Amino acid sequence: MQESYKKYFFLFALPTVLAFLIAFVIPFFMGIYLSFTEFTTVIDARWVGFSNYIKAFSANNEFVNALWFTVKFTVVSVISINLLAFTLASILTSGIKATNIFRTVFFMPNLIGGIVLGYIWQIIINGFLYKMEATLTTDPRYGFWGLVLLMNWQLIGYMMIIYIAGIQSIPVELIDSACVDGATPLQVLRHVTIPVVMPSFTICLFLTLTNSFRLFDQNLALTAGAPSRKTAMLALDIYNTFYGKTNWEGVGQAKAVIFSILVAVIAAGQLFLTRSKEVEG
Amino acid sequence: MRKKNKVFGNIIFCVMCVLSVVYLAPIFIILMNSFKGKLYISNAPFELPNAKTFAGLVNYVEGLAKTNFLQSFGWSVFVTVSSVLVIVLCTSMTAWYITRVKTRTSEILYLSFAFSMIVPFQMVMFTMSKVANTLHLDSHPAGLIVIYLGFGAGLSVFTFCGFVKSIPLEIEEAAMMDGCKPVQTFFSIILPILRPTAITVAILNAMWIWNDYLLPNLVIGNKFKTIPIAIQYLKAGYGSIDMGAMMAMLVLAITPIIIFYLACQKYIIKGVVAGAVKG
Repeated sequence: MQESYKKYFFLFALPTVLAFLIAFVIPFFMGIYLSFTEFTTVIDARWVGFSNYIKAFSANNEFVNALWFTVKFTVVSVISINLLAFTLASILTSGIKATNIFRTVFFMPNLIGGIVLGYIWQIIINGFLYKMEATLTTDPRYGFWGLVLLMNWQLIGYMMIIYIAGIQSIPVELIDSACVDGATPLQVLRHVTIPVVMPSFTICLFLTLTNSFRLFDQNLALTAGAPSRKTAMLALDIYNTFYGKTNWEGVGQAKAVIFSILVAVIAAGQLFLTRSKEVEG
Repeated sequence: MRKKNKVFGNIIFCVMCVLSVVYLAPIFIILMNSFKGKLYISNAPFELPNAKTFAGLVNYVEGLAKTNFLQSFGWSVFVTVSSVLVIVLCTSMTAWYITRVKTRTSEILYLSFAFSMIVPFQMVMFTMSKVANTLHLDSHPAGLIVIYLGFGAGLSVFTFCGFVKSIPLEIEEAAMMDGCKPVQTFFSIILPILRPTAITVAILNAMWIWNDYLLPNLVIGNKFKTIPIAIQYLKAGYGSIDMGAMMAMLVLAITPIIIFYLACQKYIIKGVVAGAVKG
């Protein structure tokens, strides 16, 4: 059978493969090459070795600042989103009324795009800060907590849905027998619910981690990095390096390569760590 | 014991109600402000419109004119719908092919698709827009379909592959005995079986493409504006922001999503869970 399918490569696989080459594979390898060159239009690329990588760290501290900002933001968001989402999921699966309505409400912000979300929260946060005669861009701390708030609003519902699916997959007999054996609700949570829900933890941690680390649209709309680029995350810093100043394209590309390596390492490390804690079956 | 539980349940229920209202408040605040004069928004966003601040539909009229919103809406619908259809069709075929035909090429393709999922967009944004420019994919929004197919291929092929593996080979063997050509086998047997996965893939891609800002902005942004681009230009393009127009356009940007969500929320929530669990 394999033989009879084989000659249909052109029909079945080629369109996707061509688009994949155009949109991803060619740009990806071009990107790696260009990160070692100085260029403005790709054709005029001149080999410069590792100098773009050195420049990314040494020319100014924007990249290092963005890295720290991103790391802090990711840590705070990942913890708060997962804690709140898991709490909500536990409450909504405990048999209260109108669960579906609550689920619908909490999930909704996830469908709204990053740019629109950014402007919605800009109005609201500025409205609160107005009374203190400040704005979001007065102090980088406002921008930081604004982004955390926004990210929580957007992702809690999404993660909650995944946790709910995980909790609902726990066999009822398992909880019943734990209760018969005299386990307290906390013990049930600790020894039954959490181990069985571990795969959901893996997924949610992965999604919140990669989404927070790669955040761009929300960052651009909420503060655009102000004041003086102190609230720019990595993705926005790379964008600014590419399109904000001339002759820095090579440095932007070098930053992008570093960024990709960081994302890959974090994603792989996290999957490895939590997968090893999952229970079989 | 039981009575205490009931009281506790009611308290939790009330807390959740309050929380839901707080959760929805941002959207209502935007809606409310879209009817206020543009000078009364930034300094008092939490006040209801009154006789002095009420501006009727002025913000909507001005916003629609400034952003050419209806055209943006058209482009957003066109790009999202056509890209999603092409992605579902092409990637399901590819996933079936590389799962069934076990060659070196298939293996390399599968691994490359999986790899492409974690590479951040910034890695390829500059070079991709140059390639798109060279191939003239930036002369019409339809060019975005090719880019979205290439970019969406990772997640979509991966998701389809997971499902194709669970389809028993006997079905296809029987079809071949009966004289089915592979093309026929795929469209009349495999594709209908893949329907639930196709819905998941369609929903995940639609959510992404509809809201995507940077990719379309880099490729076709200065000629054709989708909704997120139009909103961003409202801020960047006119010096000081017209807050009134901004509020009105935010409302118009959210409304279709909410309607769509309420109409197909069963599929959306299922699709999102299925997509997450497989990914």
